[in-house]
Amino acid sequence: MAQSIITAKNVVKQFGDIKAVDGISFDVKKGEIFAFLGPNGAGKSTTIKMLTTMLRPTSGRLQLAGHDVTKEQNYARKSFGIVFQDPSLDEELSAYENMELHAVLYEVPKAERQKRIQDLLELVELWSRKDSMIKTFSGGMRRRLEIARGLLHEPKILFLDEPTLGLDTQTRNLMWDYVRKLSQEKGMTIFFTTHYLDEAEAVAERIAIIDHGKIITTGTTAELCQQTGTKTLEAAYLKLTGSTTRDEADSGNNNGLNFKMALRNTKLR
Amino acid sequence: MEVIYALWQRQIRRYYRSGSRIMGTLGQPILLLLALGYGIGAIYKRAGEGDYMQFLVPGIITQTVLLSGIFWGVIILMDKRFGFLSELLVTPVSRAKILIGSALGGATVSIMQGMLVFFISMLLGFRPYDWLLVVPAFGLLVAICLALACLGAGIASMVDDFQGFQGINNLLVMPLFFLSSALYPLNSVPTFLRIMSSYNPISYMVDALRYLLANQTHFGLEKDLIVIAVTLAACMYFAVNRFNRIQM
Repeated sequence: MAQSIITAKNVVKQFGDIKAVDGISFDVKKGEIFAFLGPNGAGKSTTIKMLTTMLRPTSGRLQLAGHDVTKEQNYARKSFGIVFQDPSLDEELSAYENMELHAVLYEVPKAERQKRIQDLLELVELWSRKDSMIKTFSGGMRRRLEIARGLLHEPKILFLDEPTLGLDTQTRNLMWDYVRKLSQEKGMTIFFTTHYLDEAEAVAERIAIIDHGKIITTGTTAELCQQTGTKTLEAAYLKLTGSTTRDEADSGNNNGLNFKMALRNTKLR
Repeated sequence: MEVIYALWQRQIRRYYRSGSRIMGTLGQPILLLLALGYGIGAIYKRAGEGDYMQFLVPGIITQTVLLSGIFWGVIILMDKRFGFLSELLVTPVSRAKILIGSALGGATVSIMQGMLVFFISMLLGFRPYDWLLVVPAFGLLVAICLALACLGAGIASMVDDFQGFQGINNLLVMPLFFLSSALYPLNSVPTFLRIMSSYNPISYMVDALRYLLANQTHFGLEKDLIVIAVTLAACMYFAVNRFNRIQM
């Protein structure tokens, strides 16, 4: 059996009285493409934030490539790249400058920088626009650049938090092609969340479904269908999570802060 | 070291690419120099106090770097709101380094603004008392700019929205400027104003610059330097403390 590269054991994240993540455990194998699915507010983003050192778990243990995420933060940070749910480029710098800054922050050796940046920008078809300011880029171009940037320090794990949100079909297909190639050719582990179940079905080798901060089930698409007696991932997903819509702890943007805000609001009332 | 340089460079690039920001923060000091320097100058002279422009310019330079420093904090707020801060915070670089690099960049921007105002005031008739003292004056300006950039960064770390930041401007920048020794000599104002100004670190920054640029002082350079050093340390502590608490 391949070794685990991401391990979560009984991870809890509590914002006041609200348990955003309620004792989840899972393993992701080296080189695997792993999808994390769940309704809005289920705890997906909070989990990614804990995995990527942005939030500290209340209890439990998280490991990336053998490094404890809270105790060996810097090693853990070097092991992954991330494409955030929200845009995270510096708008007033050029594509090349954004890449260069990232290379410096991750201590990519000077001699290799230029070549790596060029290779990656060519891969995402942005080399010809390398000197354009990000503010002139479309949503799809930004996403592609973010992916290229996330790969610049050659991470072992790539986190993608709803990477295809707001992208057109062409760009989405292109993006997933890159991702598959990375997994096949470089053995990179991919951990992603999405609301598009067809994507998850097509790309993910294994899927975890999370709801109300708990992992309901984990398995391949076939296993999930078998488990629920359904034919597609979507049918299986709806059967597991119910077909009613959810409110997040607070309406508006989708991040862990919502819970804190909700808490603040209830305290005010 | 390279990390700090890269973060510093980012701030400088953003500054020279934004012509509107340069003009925006220069408009106010120029207006103040014209309206007060020339408008009040005549009366000031008649009252036997000497050349008001000489008195005013160090105050306006301080006001420029105060405004520029606090408003530089907006970049941290923008990074927070528009996502770039997430990128910075998950890198293997410590928050202290991120803050130091960025704040040095912010301070450099303020220094350039302050120097621009200095040269503009030369065009308007200001003459430094002794050109040799202009060098230490700019040296001191570095410390002042760093303190104020840290203040701006600390405040930006605490607030979450741009309206809130506007409020800070009205609540903090204006009183700090008007209730200081920037505009009027402290020896002839009512006691309450003198007391308030004496508790305002901006007064000491103005006073030190005024000593070096115009050979006038109220508190004495020694006291000025002590207050500036303490203020710098306090602002740095405040910035690190607040920046470390940012949760994404």
